[in-house]
Amino acid sequence: MQTTTVSRDFQARQKRQILLRRLCPLLTILLLLLFWQWITDREIISPILVPSPADVFAAFASALADGSLARHTMTTLGEMMYGLLLGVGVGLALGYAIAKAPLLEYVLSPIIVAFQSTPIVAYAPLLIIWFGTGPSSKVVTTAVIVFFPALVNTIVGIRSVSPRLRDLMRSLNAGPGRTFRLLEFPSALPVILAGLKTSTTLAVIGAVVGEFVGSGSGLGVLVIMARSQYNTPLVVVTVLTMTVIALSLYSLVALLEWRFLVWQRRASA
Amino acid sequence: MKLRAENLAVSFHGPNGDLLPALGPISFTVADDQFVCLLGPSGCGKSTLIRVLAGLLQPSTGAAFCDEEVIKRPLTGSAIVFQDTNLMPWRTVLDNIALPLEIAGMSRSERYSTVRKLLPQLNLEDFERAYPAELSGGMAQRVALGRVIVQAPQVWLLDEPFAALDALTRETLSLELLRLRRRARQTIILVTHDINEAVLLADRVIVMSRRPGRLVADVEIDLPRPRSAEMIYQRDFLQLTKKIRDLIEEQRA
Repeated sequence: MQTTTVSRDFQARQKRQILLRRLCPLLTILLLLLFWQWITDREIISPILVPSPADVFAAFASALADGSLARHTMTTLGEMMYGLLLGVGVGLALGYAIAKAPLLEYVLSPIIVAFQSTPIVAYAPLLIIWFGTGPSSKVVTTAVIVFFPALVNTIVGIRSVSPRLRDLMRSLNAGPGRTFRLLEFPSALPVILAGLKTSTTLAVIGAVVGEFVGSGSGLGVLVIMARSQYNTPLVVVTVLTMTVIALSLYSLVALLEWRFLVWQRRASA
Repeated sequence: MKLRAENLAVSFHGPNGDLLPALGPISFTVADDQFVCLLGPSGCGKSTLIRVLAGLLQPSTGAAFCDEEVIKRPLTGSAIVFQDTNLMPWRTVLDNIALPLEIAGMSRSERYSTVRKLLPQLNLEDFERAYPAELSGGMAQRVALGRVIVQAPQVWLLDEPFAALDALTRETLSLELLRLRRRARQTIILVTHDINEAVLLADRVIVMSRRPGRLVADVEIDLPRPRSAEMIYQRDFLQLTKKIRDLIEEQRA
């Protein structure tokens, strides 16, 4: 593990490549913005349909100034967070139980598969009827939609724990608690985090769909309000806010992966 | 510790529900501090035998004993080295070797200092922060050996530990095993399908038949210790390997 000049050169080249890869998405966004400005400048499409970046920014500034954007964002963010906590929590626990007791899968699979294959938009009204137009119904829609990836990935993660490593733990007389902490959890973590990535992006869908169906506040409500006033710039601002939320949560999980899966990164290097 | 197998046999259920004999019946006794190699063709049930002796598998008939006590579950005094290195990919070299100590409830600083004392004799002192994927096959197997040494077991069960390595690394590592053992004598059972390896290491070679493995021959290896790599060219060594090879051929005919 000595560092020679050759390997330092190699590392420098690798760093440049990584930097380039990081810059590429930003470049795409910049080009898209330029293209957008160009379309609206030339008035190729009516500004009512596609507002200019400047109009969108103005709408953003005013929504920010009167506090409405922050208020609606906080509502949606809160619903998502509680929904994620509930859905992922139940998904992890049930996933672990199913992985350990295969019979449970046969008992529960009709309900789980039925829930998963029915579009959430279709039964969201039912959830509104049951849980009201307040935040709790959105927490439930979010929880239902984020539950599945958490469940499936936990089952897969725990079931693919190496049987030989299980033998090792057994030969070391490790109890169930230590086996979970030292073997099952770290072994399943990559798969569980991959599921969590999917869950976080789905969380926005869950909350917003719930809000579409019936709600007093939230980004979904803001979209509907803005559209009914033909305030296209505000619609765009709201949609972009959702994008930013989804991307931030996704990045947060990616950060967790970066922090906790050092060994995978090192293995593929 | 003394190990004994008494009419030990293992059968598995085949895909059609029929019973497939995998091992035995086989009986033998391994004396305290003896180094025994189990030699047999692939699939003869050597690994199954090791699993029974390790307490990971219950025999279908007969029993295995450790100091006259039936082996029903993994014993604290015995440790196993698996066929592949069987390291945890998410743990560093240091943490992989320290795993048994962590399970035993030792504090982090205590187990790290214990393992760090061991690293030089395993030639791993520069690699304590490395992950298994970053190691060569020989290094990874030394980590697996380290994981056994920290347990200070009285019985070592080694299931073809060097099978995946190239011939030279294999020879170096097996002699290293002898060197590591000399510091504190233990009962060792090593499974192999390599006659040279068996004769070079063992006090005694137990030759097994094809599946379901039975005892074919029990050969005393009275070569002087310490053993060295040059021994494999000496007359007594060649005579012993020839004798064992003939025993295997006889059984095949």
